[in-house]
Amino acid sequence: MTALGALLIRDLRIAVRVGGGAHIGVLFFLIVVVVVPFAAGPDLALLSRIGPAILWIGALLATLLGLDRLFATDHEDGSLDLILMGRVPLELAVAAKALAHWIASALPLVIAAPLLGLFLNLDPRAFGAVSLTLLAGTPALTFIGLIGAALTIALPRGGLLLPVLVLPLTIPVLIFGVAASQAAAGESGAFGTPFTILLALSLASSVVGPFAAAAALRHGFE
Amino acid sequence: MSLIGLANPSRFLALVERLLPWLAGATVVAFAVGLYQAFFVAPEDYQQGQTVRIMFIHVPAAWLGMFCWTLMSVSALGTLVWRHPLADVALKTAAPLGAAFTFLCLVTGSLWGRPMWGTYWVWDARLTSVLVLFLMYLGLVALWRTIEDPSRAGRAAAILTLVGAVNLPVIKFSVEWWNTLHQPASVFRLGGPTIDPSILVPLLLMAVAFTLLFVTLHAAAMRNEILRRRVRTLRLMRAQAAQGA
Repeated sequence: MTALGALLIRDLRIAVRVGGGAHIGVLFFLIVVVVVPFAAGPDLALLSRIGPAILWIGALLATLLGLDRLFATDHEDGSLDLILMGRVPLELAVAAKALAHWIASALPLVIAAPLLGLFLNLDPRAFGAVSLTLLAGTPALTFIGLIGAALTIALPRGGLLLPVLVLPLTIPVLIFGVAASQAAAGESGAFGTPFTILLALSLASSVVGPFAAAAALRHGFE
Repeated sequence: MSLIGLANPSRFLALVERLLPWLAGATVVAFAVGLYQAFFVAPEDYQQGQTVRIMFIHVPAAWLGMFCWTLMSVSALGTLVWRHPLADVALKTAAPLGAAFTFLCLVTGSLWGRPMWGTYWVWDARLTSVLVLFLMYLGLVALWRTIEDPSRAGRAAAILTLVGAVNLPVIKFSVEWWNTLHQPASVFRLGGPTIDPSILVPLLLMAVAFTLLFVTLHAAAMRNEILRRRVRTLRLMRAQAAQGA
């Protein structure tokens, strides 16, 4: 068992435990999606038009809210110091933590999205597309959020600062994710172009995110 | 006086004290010349009439907003890579200035858009990416205010600045990559500017005036920040001495 693999499995185990936060993200996603028809009215045509957008916003908010768990518990009990001092390169360790966070928090969102699409009268063609775009885009959200989590790690009043820092950087992911979903649902535009850009954003952020987060952790602890 | 020579805060303060009156004077003169050129000499547009004169404020403000983030990125590198002592001071003081210029750009653009496009706002690529830039400026200022220790805050802000620098090419090329309502580039483009010199010259004069304004305000702000940190250190020392006594 390599050190990275052990770190990954440790994070996954902690996440699915009672205080871990793996399940709460899906519940928040459900609540957001349920609240929107109350506010926007039950007009099914309207809901099916804005359905992909609501699912994406719900996934974005659920991811944002779960991000401070990424480093908080480890920082509190000292495990983060051990990881910083360990022999595993910090960038890889941080990437492993982000991957574990994605599996535990974002993957359930991807699975729940089609079910919640039923509440929003989502176009049948869009069901698979929304899930696929979420699958391609949530890694970008997690890795970009990783940067914000590392920057705000020890802030006592940092609660709302994390979304404020991360949201502007995740706006492109949101734009392309919704564009791809709506293209698949029948609106004008191709599915392929925004989808490939979404994949590119995820791949790019999977490199930039861990490097920036590792730099933030190193400089924050000097 | 080289950049590394200015790493000594006292020497930097002395230089700023000497230069600031001249910078302020040059800014006033440049604005006087530029505004006169923009509002009285430049011809009115055949289509837009007099409202085109908003451009002489809107475009330099946009340029300064982006230039400021570029300057902040260089300062961020100075903080993280070269550990220049004044780099994080430059970074911290530039952020509110850049936010103000970007805000001015958004507001003047919005006021210009109402008569020209019929709307105060549209979610096209250029406007959206400039709005994202403004939000990132605000996030950066918020980050500075949340971390207590100035040098730790400086390093965190430096990382965020470098990550946010990816937005700059997006803003620049947004009018070419997407079908936008905002007009494409007319000045900084391959093949040279497409504006008539009678409008280009006042525009460049206003750009010089805005840049001088930024340099003046930035120098004064850096001086204030250095003095503020000295006050903070003195207060901490006094509190420590009182505790030990």
